[in-house]
Amino acid sequence: MTALTIARLTLREAARRRVVRALLVLTVVLLALSAWGFSKLVGLDTELGTMTSGEARLVASLLLNLVMFGMSLIAALGTAFLAGPTVAGEVESGQALAILARPVRRSAVLFGKWLGLVAFGCGYVAVAGLAQILVVRITVGYWPPSPVTGLALLAAETIVLLTLALLLSSVISTMASGIVAVGLFGATWVAGVVGGIGGALGNEGVERVGTVSRVILPTDGLWRGAMNAFQDPIALIQMGPGEGGFPFLSEAPLAPAYLAWAAVWIAMIWGLTALSFQRRDI
Amino acid sequence: MTTDTAAGSSAADVVAGLPESPAVWCSALRKRYGRQTAVDDVSFSVARGEVLGLLGPNGAGKTSVIKMLLGLVRPDAGEVMLLGRRSSDPRSRSAVGYLPELFRYQPWLTAAEVLDLHVRLARVPVAAEEQRECLALVGLADRAGDRVGGFSKGMQQRLGLAVALVARPQLVVLDEPTSALDPLGRVDVRDLVLSLKSRGVAVLLNSHLIGEVERVCDRVVILDKGRVAASGTLAELLGQREVRLRLADVDGSAEDRLRGAGALTRSGDWFTVQLAADDDGVTVPDLVRDLVGLGVRVHAVEPVRISLEERLLAVLRHEEPAS
Repeated sequence: MTALTIARLTLREAARRRVVRALLVLTVVLLALSAWGFSKLVGLDTELGTMTSGEARLVASLLLNLVMFGMSLIAALGTAFLAGPTVAGEVESGQALAILARPVRRSAVLFGKWLGLVAFGCGYVAVAGLAQILVVRITVGYWPPSPVTGLALLAAETIVLLTLALLLSSVISTMASGIVAVGLFGATWVAGVVGGIGGALGNEGVERVGTVSRVILPTDGLWRGAMNAFQDPIALIQMGPGEGGFPFLSEAPLAPAYLAWAAVWIAMIWGLTALSFQRRDI
Repeated sequence: MTTDTAAGSSAADVVAGLPESPAVWCSALRKRYGRQTAVDDVSFSVARGEVLGLLGPNGAGKTSVIKMLLGLVRPDAGEVMLLGRRSSDPRSRSAVGYLPELFRYQPWLTAAEVLDLHVRLARVPVAAEEQRECLALVGLADRAGDRVGGFSKGMQQRLGLAVALVARPQLVVLDEPTSALDPLGRVDVRDLVLSLKSRGVAVLLNSHLIGEVERVCDRVVILDKGRVAASGTLAELLGQREVRLRLADVDGSAEDRLRGAGALTRSGDWFTVQLAADDDGVTVPDLVRDLVGLGVRVHAVEPVRISLEERLLAVLRHEEPAS
């Protein structure tokens, strides 16, 4: 009951704050740019007349993944900066005093905030992601093999990041938590690319960088799973072996064990946040 | 009451039959922030329907005590019960209204939405009409639909009062409720507290405005450096009375007679005698009669009432023993 009230409050806050308008503008710009780019791609195709259907699918897959990466970045930034002020900001400003003096459990308040942020993040990913897939469908006629899985994994990536941002915001200040969360997100992605290059070069040591970072923060692993769901299976064959280091194609779908780890990771970080929030003097 | 079900209900009967537990009961509260001891061995209680004033200088630990009562700050030691429940149980706060010293409400909500949120969190079915009345009570009736972000500090504090009152509390904790209010607002708050008292709602009031506390409080707890420096009813704290006399031709025997009535201080021809708290009203007339008999010329006799402010300052400056 408390959790639902707080979740509704969090969604209402998201709807009424500038961050959502900024997110909306960024998304529309990204969609418009990608629509323009994809339509040029079709023009290129007819002009040169040399692109085979396989090549066109490869390029469309690559571009869709590229744009989806932009989308996931927007979702990550948006939710991290929404999650940042929730705990730290409300404690600093004094808003938390009146709320927590009510007959509520702190864990229920925290769960409500998390639930609201999850609903917001997933809603954004679903709407913006679907719009992007439709843009690609209309401009180049490409439809990803499993769009629902892809979007679900993108949403899971967002949940991972906002859970981390929530933990950070219960420990450090508002601004810092947003910045650290996004920084870690970027670092993991880069580590993933480095690991991919290591794999392509057959260097196990370098490859391990990506594997380890994917375990520590599951955003990059989930992102790779999402890419795999969006890209045409022929694309990888087109690209040829030894190109595994390329950042916008993914070699294999996600293993169920990794998905389970991501779920455990979220539960663990959530538990830590609840523990630290429970003990905190307001 | 021999069957199991009867035994089960008899426990509830016993609880129900108990004399009503105090609105606030705390014992041996202690809190340290690093090396600084903010609160040390603080115990007091607030009876149902009683108005208790918490007084003390800045940094005396008043707000820390209030936050520990409400479960916002974890005490290092000590126990708290609110309305008969341990404070570790969130339900102890079901019928508690709180206006924090740092009053801030969601700026993106309207005043009416803030009240609705708190009613939901308190899980008390308060109709929209009653919520509007609550806003009207604090003078915000015509701002119900405005976003809190546009409110002045004084208006936000008024909203905070409405939040504290909206969920039909049995205990209201007001931490510096008039810090941002104009003189008119202060009078409003005083009237609010008195109306709560008349309805049997207990109030814990932390205020720097001693006059305010003196007007509305039944009892006072004075905190100093995290400890209870003095506490008692206003009558107990202010019970001590004095009489000031302007006298001429006072000799040794007359001074002895004055000392016989109570502790004596002299400034020129003004003599101040501290009277016992249980004075039955004959000390002063008898004293004047005897002084006249001793040949003293009595120019003036003035009763002096000690204000709470004087008493507070005396306690904080350690000029008198704490009661």
